Amino acid sequence: MKMTGARILLECLKQEGVDTVFGYPGGTVINLYDELFSFKDIRHILPRHEQAGVHAADGYARATGRVGVAIATSGPGATNTITGIATAYMDSIPLVVITGQVPTALIGNDAFQEVDIIGITRPCTKHNFLIKDVKEIATIIKKAFYIARTGRPGPVLVDLPKDVQIATTEFSYPDTIELRSYKPTVEGHPKQVEKAVSMLLSAKKPVIYVGGGVILGDAAGELQALAKMLNVPVTTTLMGLGAFPEDDPLALRLLGMHGTYFANMAVTNCDLLVAVGARFDDRVTGKIATFAPHAKIIHVDVDPTSIRKNVRVDLPIVGEVKDVLAKMLKVAEGQSANVSESRKNVEPWLAEISGWKEKHPITYKQTSSTIKPQFVIQKLRELSEPDAIIATDVGQHQMWTAQFFTFTKPRTLLSSGGLGTMGFGLPAAMGAQAAYPGRQVIAICGDGGFQMNMQELATLVQNRLPVKICILNNNFLGMVRQWQELFFEKRYSQTCMELPIDFIKLAEAFGAKGFQATKPDEVETTIKKAFETPGPVIMEFKIAREEKVLPMVPAGASLNEMVLNA
Amino acid sequence: MRHTITVLVENEFGVLSRVAGLFSGRGFNIDSLSVAPTNDESISRMTIVTRGDEQILEQISKQLNKLIDVIKVIDFTGGEAIEREMALIKVTAEESSRAEVLRIADIFRGKIIDVTPKSYTIEVTGAPAKIEAILELLRPLGLKELVRTGPVAIGRGSKGWKG
Ligand SMILES: Cc1ncc(C[n+]2csc(CCOP(=O)(O)OP(=O)(O)O)c2C)c(N)n1
Repeated sequence: MKMTGARILLECLKQEGVDTVFGYPGGTVINLYDELFSFKDIRHILPRHEQAGVHAADGYARATGRVGVAIATSGPGATNTITGIATAYMDSIPLVVITGQVPTALIGNDAFQEVDIIGITRPCTKHNFLIKDVKEIATIIKKAFYIARTGRPGPVLVDLPKDVQIATTEFSYPDTIELRSYKPTVEGHPKQVEKAVSMLLSAKKPVIYVGGGVILGDAAGELQALAKMLNVPVTTTLMGLGAFPEDDPLALRLLGMHGTYFANMAVTNCDLLVAVGARFDDRVTGKIATFAPHAKIIHVDVDPTSIRKNVRVDLPIVGEVKDVLAKMLKVAEGQSANVSESRKNVEPWLAEISGWKEKHPITYKQTSSTIKPQFVIQKLRELSEPDAIIATDVGQHQMWTAQFFTFTKPRTLLSSGGLGTMGFGLPAAMGAQAAYPGRQVIAICGDGGFQMNMQELATLVQNRLPVKICILNNNFLGMVRQWQELFFEKRYSQTCMELPIDFIKLAEAFGAKGFQATKPDEVETTIKKAFETPGPVIMEFKIAREEKVLPMVPAGASLNEMVLNA
Repeated sequence: MRHTITVLVENEFGVLSRVAGLFSGRGFNIDSLSVAPTNDESISRMTIVTRGDEQILEQISKQLNKLIDVIKVIDFTGGEAIEREMALIKVTAEESSRAEVLRIADIFRGKIIDVTPKSYTIEVTGAPAKIEAILELLRPLGLKELVRTGPVAIGRGSKGWKG
């Protein structure tokens, strides 16, 4: 049967199992939207800004592990997606972003709402396509999804001119796709895996350093089994939080700039560092020259470009982390004598780490007069459901969440790690809630970042997405203020947001509910009220204004040069 | 160190800018780049001359491989490749120097492809070092204009693409 390009696109999405898309209409996608009007198999959510639409698709992808889909019109619609695309690119999130384009005959003529989105997104997509012929739609969409989710995942943009949406052809969706130029390495090399295990078994002070790759690769189970079997402590990046239960005695929790004292000391003193699905970001390593100075380094990653990009590596293993970790487990299982020997050998190391944990736990000073943000985060953990999904924005509240929430399950923290995108939290929570209507989803935001995409309250209300929004209000762009305090003699240039916004009224204006807490003893009741109230709710906490995120490794310093309290 | 890299890519529009963009976006050097279709119409072949230490070269080659349209990356080192470059050289040639220009062109097996009362234009091909050598001899006589293609490279014997 002949179909229009627009219809074919929707059929392709359906074939890919897409149930929800986040999109915004406009002139060059109006035909697509006309088809969508009667297409009942896909739920469409209309955000109030295309950036938020892409973040929502991203949040959906992070929470589910499936490919997120966003749609925008050409020109301004397309350019509005850039921040969302770049955010997903930096964190390797699988997305397919579809943009309308002016009719093929007008491309290159500076037509109304034309922009070279292929050119603009080239450096921030895993790949992109311009579809010039209706006959190409099915294969290109198949390729787009395949590229987005395989290997190191990432966003793929598909630019679809208006006339191609109108043209008709026979529709058939290919079952498989062959790309001779794209063959990600899936399986870890068995010899390398064996070497890795023997290095682990003979190490006296091993540490496993886990990044987002373990979560993206659904390998948390294998990781936990391996760490527990060999008695190896595990530290995670921001993106890796949840891959290893933070309440486990082997957990070193977050490392790097705002990592724990014991994680950073363990990395500085270890004799073997096994990096799994992590990329040695500068926020993690601090000064490269003094990063893990005594350690041999094993690096497991699906993306060969990650390996040896920033640090020397003694044993590289390219492959999907799930495959490599499963193989390592198997090899270790076959050497039970060595394993129990090795478990004994690391006891002194674990004792040394316990000492650090006792000396400098992650903590803060409670007060009775002002609300400490860390206290709010701890209360949120205590009162929320065990499988609650937390989306954060970017800033101090993000780091307090990473430090104090105690994540125990993968895909329960959605946070912009690589790009550090303010405005991400609320729409990402929206996407996760759309995927899991029955789960508790909480967005933790600063007052600054919340204002970057607060219009999405309307989307939440309209689509009955009951996201609970926690605003840690310090009337500051807090994280920048902290840097100004520590490194610029408290010259608070443009980081003070004095305007006393009434967030409660704001919630009401959008048809949502809002509650405020100004004192520590109101925190618990406010959270409870918010959780009990159906629909989207803002809970605003007036927090201690000049509270800092500590410990902190100043940019460019070594991990063991931490500011513990200032 | 100087490296000659051959990149085989899908013959699709936009591939050149992906490759060039990768170099500029990541701060890698390009000394020269040439690209054209091959005997297989669906494949284009690029020859890129670049510089960097071992770690940079490893990144360049891995990052190129990561591009979806890249089929194969071959990094030729040492004498593994034969390189050829073409240059069109317009050189001042007046009464006093015409004979000298002709003699130099002849030695390098260059061809005179345009003549005016004031100039000769020479076409010469060879390894980049040979082009350098003829330029060095012609420069004192008055170089008016120079166009070089940058090298193209092919592996010796079995080294290369489908050796
Ligand atoms: C889009 C964007 N603009 C600017 C920044 C720089 N930045 C990082 S943290 C921060 C302050 C965030 O303030 P707020 O949202 O109030 O959160 P807080 O740090 O107070 O918790 C800023 C401006 C950014 N990360 N993203």
